[in-house]
This record gives sequence, structure tokens and C-alpha cells, in this order.
Amino acid sequence: MAANNLGRVSLNDSSAAPAVEVDELVKRYPKSPVNAVDGISFAVTPGEVFGLLGPNGAGKTTTIGMLTTRVRPTSGRAMIGRVDVAADPVRARSLLAVVPQRSNLDRSISIRRNLTFHAAYHGVPAAEATRRADELLAQFGLLERADVKPDLFSGGQAQRMMIARALMHEPQVLFLDEPSTGLDPAARLFVWDRLRELRDRGVTLILTTHDMHEAATLADRVGIMDHGKVLALDTPEALMRGLPGSSTLELSVRAFENGGVPAGMIESLEQLGGVEQVESLPDEPGDGQPAQWRVRLYVTGEASELIAPTATLLADRGLALSGVELGAPSLEDVFIHLTGRTLR
Amino acid sequence: MSAVSTPVSPASQARAFSAVLRRDLYVTWKELPVFLAQVILQPLFLLFVFGKVLASLGYTQHGYSDLLFPGLLALTAVITGMQTLAFPLVVEFGWTREIEDRLLAPMSTALVAAEKVLFASLRAITATAIMIPVGILVLGSIPWRWSGVPLLVVALVLGSMLGAGLGLVLGTAVVPNRINIVFSLVFTPLLFTGCSQYPWPSLSRLRWFQVVTACNPMTYVSESMRAALVPSVPHIAVWVCTVVLIGSLSVLLTLGVRGFYRRAID
Repeated sequence: MAANNLGRVSLNDSSAAPAVEVDELVKRYPKSPVNAVDGISFAVTPGEVFGLLGPNGAGKTTTIGMLTTRVRPTSGRAMIGRVDVAADPVRARSLLAVVPQRSNLDRSISIRRNLTFHAAYHGVPAAEATRRADELLAQFGLLERADVKPDLFSGGQAQRMMIARALMHEPQVLFLDEPSTGLDPAARLFVWDRLRELRDRGVTLILTTHDMHEAATLADRVGIMDHGKVLALDTPEALMRGLPGSSTLELSVRAFENGGVPAGMIESLEQLGGVEQVESLPDEPGDGQPAQWRVRLYVTGEASELIAPTATLLADRGLALSGVELGAPSLEDVFIHLTGRTLR
Repeated sequence: MSAVSTPVSPASQARAFSAVLRRDLYVTWKELPVFLAQVILQPLFLLFVFGKVLASLGYTQHGYSDLLFPGLLALTAVITGMQTLAFPLVVEFGWTREIEDRLLAPMSTALVAAEKVLFASLRAITATAIMIPVGILVLGSIPWRWSGVPLLVVALVLGSMLGAGLGLVLGTAVVPNRINIVFSLVFTPLLFTGCSQYPWPSLSRLRWFQVVTACNPMTYVSESMRAALVPSVPHIAVWVCTVVLIGSLSVLLTLGVRGFYRRAID
């Protein structure tokens, strides 16, 4: 879908070949009783920004590991362009680049050397590497400190350096593992802007995140992962459209002393006009706070119009409303809808 | 896309290999004083105390320093090779993850390990070569035979690679929080059972220790060095040394590369 946007350059003349494709990919680590990645399949078109969204431990990083030759698949196939990653890891490495979660910059050499040596590993001629390094250092706001070793830098700067380094050999596919985790808001916006520029230049981006906002903002399509499986895969808009209703109404209810809720409460809420679906949410016990019952109503039309009827309904059953939240559905809601759990 | 079906050319893998080697040489060059201090201090003190001080005080027999010097060359080669490879490797895999950028270079993972071995061997050879002028400086004169130089070179190369092989095995087998204990458990016995301070045949009076030292491959480096520089001192036959060294080297490199793959690829 994204590949046919205007201005996108396809690096691959054979439009039939996806930039990345995984087929029934499985990883089970030794001594583990379950599959870390459990038979996932998807394809990413050249120039697309593809997000893998899920909580920690969902299998996102392992999936990236298999696509980037660092994790050996137990079964299934991972392809970068037309290269089978497991069969020809050396060629796959020449096509891809990785920006990991934690800094792995070379601390013995300066930022500039980090970039130029990376280019040399990939066979970029020295003069060309110097030119690209200057360009990228400027673009990423690193020029002034280019000759300093990287251990003196903040997380946001390290992230920028690693993206700049990754681009030195002009990869066809760039993998970013949790690109903005641990960054302050300004650094995050900076990284997002750089990623959008890359997308506009036709680089295929695959990113993992547990931040639904990041996924919705950057990704053309999002795969929602949990327990090693892809539960849903579509554009953020389509995923949210797939939720029942067009808006949500989240209620916090002070539960009975025993924490219980009257039988048939959910059914009664569902019978209110305009309510599409009702979901009981996982309790998030606060310190010393009385037990809460949290429930989300997926609503067609104006959610605010339902506040009064629900309050009346709850009061009739002897329950008191303690909080109300109106919202448009987000990817977080999609995740909750699919798994019954929040993302974190 | 015909290019995709052909394997990555050996030339481009060689380019990646040489770039990684250049990176290591560049870092060594930038930190030259540290490198020199690291490799020279220990053998320098051994040489000074055992070869000079004890001899001057009359605690060692005349000629002991002639016997010690080739042994210290062996020691320097093996220990430098091992240290150059093992410590940084544990740190790179365990903490800094610096090695990841090289593991993702378009070259086979075995070549990344091979570069480590080559670089460690080069450093070990350099460090050992530096010991020759240092020996002249400390002892006044060293045992030297030009006709023994070819054998010396063979022993030097095999000894350096042996150290690198040991380093590769240790560096991939040890988890970071165990590094101190493992290294002291390996390092000290290796240092003192490698026949660098005494010739092996002379141990016949201490039979059990002779057996122990025969199990340390460094013994065969020390014996070859003595065969090259002081052939009049009884030593293990050169062909035995060479066979044992090549054998140990193959075992260590096989284990080490296997360990490297285990650490590099999950």
C-alpha cells in the first residue's frame, strides 16, 4: 500500500519481490518450553514503514534478530529482498542495517570513525565514506562533536549516531528496535523526523515498539504481536476501525467491599442504546485505594451522551461512578481488544 | 536481479576482513603507550628479578638467564595472544556489544573470529619481538644464534597463535561476571606450568610435575624457543613440539570458533 505513494523510489526494480518477507517463522530458544516467535508470516513492500507493536517479551526483538542474521530460526523462512537470510547471511547483511535498543557504538574510536569504519566494513570507498559521513553528521546534528568518542553522549545522541552509522552503507532495509525508548520528547521528535525523511527517500523501515503512539504516527502498517504471534496486521486506521464502535467510554466504578460486581452488570450496560460492546478491563490496583472495577464501552455516536444513562444504571445497582474517560479508539485499545491486557 | 543468485565475492569479504583488521590496528596505534606498558611490564620484571637480581645475588647458577630468556619469549607470546583476545572479547560480547557492528558486516562470522585471532597473534608477535631489545638492555647480552632464527620464528608464530586460540576459547566460554575468577584460575597455572622458567627434561627429578607441565601446550613453545636459541640445553625434540603445537592449535581454534558462533548467533 505505501509503496505506491508518489515520490517513493523503489530500490528494487522487480516490484513483485517484497523488501522483507517472513513465512511461518518460528524461534524456540534452547531449554524454553514455549516458542519465542510462534509461526509468524508477513511481507513488507519496498519503501514501506512497518511497525511491530507489542509488550516486552512479545517476540518483536527475536523477529528482528532472525531477519538480521543474529538469531537462527528454528523453522520457517526469512527473506530480505530475494535473499534467504539463513541460507546467505553474508549477502543479507550487505542489504540491511540495524539500530539496536541499546548503544553498541565503538567506544574506542570517534563518532566520525564509527561512521567511516562501518562504511569500510561494507566496502564503501574511503572518499565516498568521508563525504557521506560529513553529510550524515550534519543532518543528525553531530558535526560539532564528531571527533569525540561516543561514551560521553546521552541516549538520544547515541540513537542518532547509530542511525547515522546504519545509513553509511545505504541499506535497502533499516531495522530499528524500540527507536525512541528512553528518549526525551525533543529527541524523540528529532528521530521521528529523520525516520520520515528516510521513508521519503524510499528506504524500507521496520521498527519495533511498545509505544502505540509511535506505531500510529510512523508506521504505514502495524503488526500487533503477543506471545510470539502476530494477532492482527493492517494500517493503524484499519486496525482501529476494526474495533466495535467509533469512540470509547471508560468507566471506573467503586466496587463493593468484597471487590465484587453485581451479576449481569455487563449485559445491562450492553443493552443501553448506542453501546456496541462492553469489555471489563484489568484492574490496576493503586496503593491503598479501594477496589475499582474498570469497564470500557465501545460506542457508536457521541460517547458523552451515555454518561448520564450509565451513571443512573450503576446507581440503581448501588454502585458509584468514580471516573469517566472519553476517547477515540487507539492502537492500545486494539491491543486490549485482542488480548484483554494493556501494552505494558 | 542476477547479482542476488551469486554468492558474495571472496574479494568483498576480504575487504570487510581487512577493514576490521585496520580498525584494530588503528586503535592499537592510538593507544600505543598503553599497549607497550601492557605487554612489556610483566616479562620485564620476570627478566629483571630472575635473570638479573637473583643472578647478581648469587641465588641462581651462572647461565640461568640464558635458559630463562627463551622461556620468557614463549611466555610473552602466549600470554599476550591470550590477553589481547580474551578480555576484550568478553567485554564486547557481554557489556559494550561493540562487536555487533562487525558481526553485521558482510562477511562470514568465522572470518570475524579469524580476524580476532590474526590481530591477537600480530600483537603477540610484536610484543615478543620487543622483548629482544628489552632483554639486551636488562641482561647485557642474550643468547642468540642466527641459525636458530627460522625455528625461533616458527615457535613465535605458533606460540602467538596458541595464545590467541586459548583467548578465543576463554573469551567465548566465560560469562562477564565470572571473568575475574576464571582468569585467575587459568592464568596463574598457565604462567607457571609452561616451562618458561625451567627446561622440561630437567624435571625428571620431579616426575609428577613433569607430567603436569607436559599437559600445558605452552611448554612446547618454551622448549622450541630453547631449541632455537640454546640448543645445548636438553629440550624436547623439535618435531614433537611442532606436532603438539599444531595439534593443540587445531583443537583450540575449532572449540574457539564454535564458541564464537554460539555467542554471535542465538
